[in-house]
Amino acid sequence: MSMDWLQTIGQKTLRFFQRTGRAVIFLVHVLSGLKMLVQRPRLLIRELYSVGVLSLLIIIFSGLFVGMVLSLLGYVTLVDFGAEGSLGVLVSLSLVRELGPVLTALLFSGRAGSALTAEIGLMKATEQLASMEMMAVDPIKRIITPRLIAGILSLPILTAIFMAIGIYSGFLVGGVWLGVDEGSFWSQMQAKVDFQHDVVNGFIKSFIFGIVVTWIAVFEGYDAAPTSAGVSEATTRSVVHSALAILALDFVLTSIMFGI
Amino acid sequence: MPNSLIKISDLTFSYRGRTIFSDLNLDIAEGKVSAIMGPSGTGKTTLLRLIGGQLIPNQGNVMVEGKSIPSLSNKQLYQSRRRMGMLFQSGALLTDLSVFENIAFPIREHYDFPESIIRDLVFMKLEIVGLRGAYKLMPSELSGGMSRRVALARAIVLDPVLMMYDEPFTGLDPITLGTIVSLIKELNQALGMTSILVSHDVKEVLSIADEVHILSNGIVAASGSPDELQNSDSDWVQQFLQGLPDGPVPFHYPATDYAQSLKEDIK
Amino acid sequence: MRVSKSIEIMVGVFVLLGFIALFLLALNISNVSSFGANNGYTVNAYFDNIGGLRTRAPISMSGVKIGRVSQIAYNRQRGQAEVSMTIESQYLLSIDTQASIYTAGLLGEQYISLEPGAEDDVLKSGDMITLTQSAMVLEEIIGKFMVDLTSK
Repeated sequence: MSMDWLQTIGQKTLRFFQRTGRAVIFLVHVLSGLKMLVQRPRLLIRELYSVGVLSLLIIIFSGLFVGMVLSLLGYVTLVDFGAEGSLGVLVSLSLVRELGPVLTALLFSGRAGSALTAEIGLMKATEQLASMEMMAVDPIKRIITPRLIAGILSLPILTAIFMAIGIYSGFLVGGVWLGVDEGSFWSQMQAKVDFQHDVVNGFIKSFIFGIVVTWIAVFEGYDAAPTSAGVSEATTRSVVHSALAILALDFVLTSIMFGI
Repeated sequence: MPNSLIKISDLTFSYRGRTIFSDLNLDIAEGKVSAIMGPSGTGKTTLLRLIGGQLIPNQGNVMVEGKSIPSLSNKQLYQSRRRMGMLFQSGALLTDLSVFENIAFPIREHYDFPESIIRDLVFMKLEIVGLRGAYKLMPSELSGGMSRRVALARAIVLDPVLMMYDEPFTGLDPITLGTIVSLIKELNQALGMTSILVSHDVKEVLSIADEVHILSNGIVAASGSPDELQNSDSDWVQQFLQGLPDGPVPFHYPATDYAQSLKEDIK
Repeated sequence: MRVSKSIEIMVGVFVLLGFIALFLLALNISNVSSFGANNGYTVNAYFDNIGGLRTRAPISMSGVKIGRVSQIAYNRQRGQAEVSMTIESQYLLSIDTQASIYTAGLLGEQYISLEPGAEDDVLKSGDMITLTQSAMVLEEIIGKFMVDLTSK
């Protein structure tokens, strides 16, 4: 009985390593399609539309509400210490360092990542990828590479939009509705938020999240079992693994960038 | 006997621990319609994928036009595939492209032709399959038979030397079925290509194939022209061709004795 | 494959929005002044104890921000902390300027406050502020207070 148990663990571990290896080999193959993408940039524009532009709405609204909530909560806490002038600092630092990159990546994996997985998985299930191979077109280079690059480019852009909208909606609640002094809101923010240290590091995070989320999404799609159950499983896995990867990586990156 | 375009020798292939082919030998004659038949699960489609280089055999060799497919580099393989066409069971049209763009897809991917030439090529092939009027439709707007015809037009747009049909007759109404049967025959004669037909629709296959190979248990169980096979004295061939429920191929999946199993509790 | 015009336009707008957001983040929300702060001059000061002073802390004169702490180092020969301050060039400091480290509010960050002197000569780049007052460290004050209390 205990042997069975050990065997299962062993098998699962081996399978995990095998999948990881496959994912890395897959990534190398995907990146080998970059040359073709440079020659045909139109392929990228189409994917930027479906990955980036179509995610815009959810990012704008989320940014709006996150900024408002942050400002409201921050105000309630800070006003007790008479420090409501620091509201701008609180809102902007939280958004730029943490919430911007992390929330945008989570939303992105739910909106665009799951769509990518399902799309690629369905293309596999309906033999579209196999038929491309038989037409002597490498489906990885033709289908996956533009999607991966579009994802990596879109996430930082969406993050910037999320951050900016969040901060302005935070000002709307704090400065306009709750009556925090406009001058101290902006000036303290400008004094405390450093472009290189805070904004650039936030973007580095978002860039790394973009690589990981899109990589997971396209790999899960490509590796899905070619059945409807397989595609739905892969889509779920894509979102769950992306979320875990984002949060775990965020801890590592934050401790490297902002720790001590 | 004409030259053979494909020579499969001593092919062994297993997938997920299940042996599908063991020491399979098969020659496909050039310029003819060869049918590969066999019960479900005998690896007919797998054989097409091995010929197309999408799967690699465990042992043995697949020669197409004198080239050993399993030992080709990726680049050479893609070169060889430009001379092959494959009609998938589902059609496998690219769902985000229109009928026109689907057929234009292989041309656009491989050649830098001006738009007017692409247009002529696409409409020429669409005319052959009788769907020139449907060029604007999206794949989701096509019926099953129409999408198979579009897929056929796409497969032949680069004038392949070898055309592979994966279950082209399944799930079609009688009229479309007749259309596809005559298209396969006509294309083979008009374009002079070699056709491999994978199917288990006995009647249609026997009506158009020049040569029939029946697969069973990982080897070629019988080969010959349709007439030869119909007059075969093998029980097995007769059972397959006439569709008898029981015979050398048992009706029952291997199981314990039925009466005995009723007495046992189900665990 | 064809990409329709409207898709191209939307992608263009998307990328542009991203740049606008980045522009706002750079100019309105954070300070990029560290790039443009080179048009100031540097003066140094030694402190016995700088407390929690960090680089980039503000330097103020009568409450007006006139510069930033650019560098903090420990000078072994003097056994003191050496603080370099970048002062914006339009502000001139007389040579008997006094520098003190204060805390903004009870729990706020520490900054350097300069009190103007009476001399006519002004400090030049690389000069030293000689009159300094160290940071107040809470533990030291409490310690002194306790000593006073027990010695009575």
